[in-house]
Amino acid sequence: MNSATATKPKRVFAAANSGLTPYAGVWGEEQIIHLLRRAMFGATRADINHFLPKSMNATVDELLSINTTPPPPPINTYSDIDPDVPIGQTWVNTTTNGVFDGQRRASWKAWRMGLLINQERSILEKMTLFLHNHFATETNDVSDARYTYKHHALLRSNALGNFKNLVRLVTTDPAMLVYLNGRSNNKTAPDENYGRELQELFTVGKALEPHYTESDVKAAAKVLTGWQDVRTTISSVFTPNRHDTTNKQFSSFYNNTVITGVTGATGGATELDAMLNMIFAHPEVAKAIARKVYTFFVYYTIDASIEANVITPMADIFRNSGYELKPMIEALLKSEHFYDVANKACIIKSPLDFLVGNIRTLGVQFPNVATDAVNTYKSWIFVAGYSAVLQQDLGDPPNVAGWAAYYQAPQYHELWINSATLPNRNKFTDGLSVGVNVPNTGNAVKLKMDTVAFTKTLANPADPNSVINETVKLIHGLQLSTASKNAIKLTTLNGNLATDTSWTTVWNTLIADPTNAAKITAVENRLKGLYVYLMRLSEFQVA
Amino acid sequence: MQRRKFLQSIPMATLPAMFGSYGIKAFGSNPVMDALTANFTDTDHVLVLIQLQGGNDGLNTVIPLDQYSALSTARANILIPENKVLKLNGVTATGLHPAMTGMKTLFDEGKLKVIQGVSYPNPNFSHFRATDIWLTGANSNQMLPSGWAGRYLAEEYPNYPVGYPNTTMPDPLSIQIGSVLSPAFQGTAGANMSLAVSSISSFYNLIDGTTDAVPNSNAGKELTYVRDIAKQTKQYTAVIQSAANAGSNSATYPTGNKLADQLKIVAKLISGGLKTRVYMVSMGGFDTHSNQIDQLDVTQGTHADLWSQVSAAIKVFQDDLQALQLQDRVVGMTFSEFGRRIKSNSSAGTDHGQAAPMFVFGSKVAGGMLGVNPTIPTNADVNSNVPMQYDFRSVYATLLKDWFCVPQSDLDTIMLQNFQTLPLVNANCTMTDVNDLNKKAGEIIISASPNPFTDRTLIKFDSQGGHTLVHVFNEEGREMKVLVDTEMQSGSYSVECNLDFAPAGTYYCRIQNGPLQQVKTIVKVR
Repeated sequence: MNSATATKPKRVFAAANSGLTPYAGVWGEEQIIHLLRRAMFGATRADINHFLPKSMNATVDELLSINTTPPPPPINTYSDIDPDVPIGQTWVNTTTNGVFDGQRRASWKAWRMGLLINQERSILEKMTLFLHNHFATETNDVSDARYTYKHHALLRSNALGNFKNLVRLVTTDPAMLVYLNGRSNNKTAPDENYGRELQELFTVGKALEPHYTESDVKAAAKVLTGWQDVRTTISSVFTPNRHDTTNKQFSSFYNNTVITGVTGATGGATELDAMLNMIFAHPEVAKAIARKVYTFFVYYTIDASIEANVITPMADIFRNSGYELKPMIEALLKSEHFYDVANKACIIKSPLDFLVGNIRTLGVQFPNVATDAVNTYKSWIFVAGYSAVLQQDLGDPPNVAGWAAYYQAPQYHELWINSATLPNRNKFTDGLSVGVNVPNTGNAVKLKMDTVAFTKTLANPADPNSVINETVKLIHGLQLSTASKNAIKLTTLNGNLATDTSWTTVWNTLIADPTNAAKITAVENRLKGLYVYLMRLSEFQVA
Repeated sequence: MQRRKFLQSIPMATLPAMFGSYGIKAFGSNPVMDALTANFTDTDHVLVLIQLQGGNDGLNTVIPLDQYSALSTARANILIPENKVLKLNGVTATGLHPAMTGMKTLFDEGKLKVIQGVSYPNPNFSHFRATDIWLTGANSNQMLPSGWAGRYLAEEYPNYPVGYPNTTMPDPLSIQIGSVLSPAFQGTAGANMSLAVSSISSFYNLIDGTTDAVPNSNAGKELTYVRDIAKQTKQYTAVIQSAANAGSNSATYPTGNKLADQLKIVAKLISGGLKTRVYMVSMGGFDTHSNQIDQLDVTQGTHADLWSQVSAAIKVFQDDLQALQLQDRVVGMTFSEFGRRIKSNSSAGTDHGQAAPMFVFGSKVAGGMLGVNPTIPTNADVNSNVPMQYDFRSVYATLLKDWFCVPQSDLDTIMLQNFQTLPLVNANCTMTDVNDLNKKAGEIIISASPNPFTDRTLIKFDSQGGHTLVHVFNEEGREMKVLVDTEMQSGSYSVECNLDFAPAGTYYCRIQNGPLQQVKTIVKVR
């Protein structure tokens, strides 16, 4: 080994050896904002106000109580000539001759973005994204929007459920059978794609050396032979004569387990369950998933102290609960480590955090889906498309490992920001202040931050210091220095006058005559200057 | 001693005195210091890296015609009909996929090098780990935090991004076409040495904002990162914009070809005068587990579409460079994280495998074949793999040495080991004589007796002198034994190979001696 060889990454800024002990420190706005930004997408003023009277336990419990009623499914807003689905009706159960599938996939992405933008006060959407990244599939490869819808529904309904059960369900999920070739995997010449990723990405991972072997990949592929998707029912079927019924020998990593070949209609399920029991018996599964949850919700550096004080106890909770996601995540979100100052504001916003979080926090208005579904879907697909420009194409991660920013050392989520994506982030937020035209709506729909309405939600809008303090608290990861805030105040709210009454007067004049166009413009010009400026700062990119 | 090293070895405190009134703060921005730190090799050479993501099926790309009957058994459902394989000038035993007409032309013109059997000892079959290995230039069991091209650029342009851009290097050190930066450009000191360029037709300028001191925390680390990127982006956007305005394309690029779209930008930026050394472009879709061919016409389908695009893109790029009279400045190279299995699966695809060919192209390339066709077992099974002939890092090391004229001492720092130099380019720096290798063509320099054997066999080999490596791999590419790894006098040698601990099966004994290598198949029986 040589000098360039990496050892375990060192935690650059060591926190105290905080662990999973329940947090007992100050509970206030700062902690609530931190929690909401990690568990949801952004923290709105209304969200914060909602949780302010509640304790940490009550707040986390509420975020972890997820709505189990499925949202209304996506509908046809794309075409009045789809012979199979009338406009306004859902397409999720109706086959298509293929012509409209591309539009249905776009419809799914729009709908999924709508769920994110209109999220309830719970961890549901964040966890569903976590699972989408973990069990990554691509709508383009799956090539049937109904499958993508069903796959998403599976992840969503198990978002805080039993992870082992979810792995079992994902294994025979029709979208996954297409995406990782399970449907082509038969006894004649097994296709190893799913058998490999099941171990490398979905369960044990590769952090532990030595890990499973190439022969384990081949053995797993044999266990998995015989499953196929059924297009008419969007389900899966096991065909005994496609199944390899020989005994499958696994390596010492799995204690030399032999999965006995089973014939007949239940052979595939019996062997699959036996194999998942074997895999989940390995303690590394819980640790691998705990590390991934930690990296997603806290930070990417896992040093020896964090491994011992956070990851190991998380993994213990996970394993001892029979792989229930909820208790592990609950322990993390209630821990002293989670609220450790070292872990605040250190996640670079993903494109979805950036777009959805800001849309929610700034109160960007969308058309009403009940009365104008067509333009609403167009607005949602525009945001989803913008997320793709920023390198997070919802429904189409780059490959089965998900987005590199969630796993690729040494940069991790720094990978979201580069010379191509950063200008595009600024372009979006600059545009929000004046309004961004949603394509294909004939300039009828603009996504716009209503700066006056937003400012009215703040504690004391007539006071420029309060406006800046409150806004920075809501949209920035960290507070700015007093000197910076004063400089910004001078050139924006105070119109280059060295007195705060400059802003107070302009604002109060508008409040006294709220429909006066000239007065609205006067206030808006100052506010736009402020918000655009704040959204260009690096502090805006972290959460 | 190189000037850079000289400067680095001076204690910082003495610098202001030595350079008169120029204090440390002037570092990086004033012409005197720029001239003094202009220590990098003065070359106008450019390297274009083409990443083919997913693991390319080498056996359906560069097709070993002399192995056709064994291939027909191993991969009947996907094998290209023999009469459809593109024949190459002066080569009888090897041809190209029928979709690769452009690359065939380049080969026939002597502008394309085909390197057979490229891999590394103990190859990894995971996309993600294998990609990391290829991008970082690591050993199979080694995690490197920096990329191979990043280490090269860090060696050439120390301290980046501090003091850059400057008058001697006003341009990005390397450019990644797209919106994702490759780990290949990760430098040794934390900074990625590359700039992501997704478009040269529209630019969005960043605007300065207040920069409060960052806290000493993880948040501070990330804030600093965002600010550094903002600063670099601002600095380089104008440069890229003016190069895009000054540059041009003189060939007609095909539409609907994502790789051609990217190479078109590269050609334009080079012609616009950028001094950027390395460009990276990429294309996905090579993970052909299923339906890599069209069942109705095996010469069509997914894999054919991919190579049709790659081949057309490389050809038009080369034509463009020629028309722009830039052809002697640019060399390109393709790579993929692994090859695929010899035996196809029943879904008309191939699973993750071992060695595969690489292509190096350009008017300064020493065209032709390097390495020999793999020997395909007559009864290939799910474990059968194409064995390694060349280590991919020998290709990197050679390009650095012979194309960028990196001295051997720096090369060892960048590549972390001493790799073979291969006859790839005809450039001004020292280069291995192709004739040396050609003279050895057909000559057997390694043999085994008995073969097949039960436990032990005697390996006989010839060394030309110098570093000689003899090692044994199994079918998965795992290095079972290193028999010789030392400096030797020229002569004939023998060494016993004892595989009594290993299961019966096919093994590969490989010799590497200077630029030469040869692989001998040995078979252990019960």
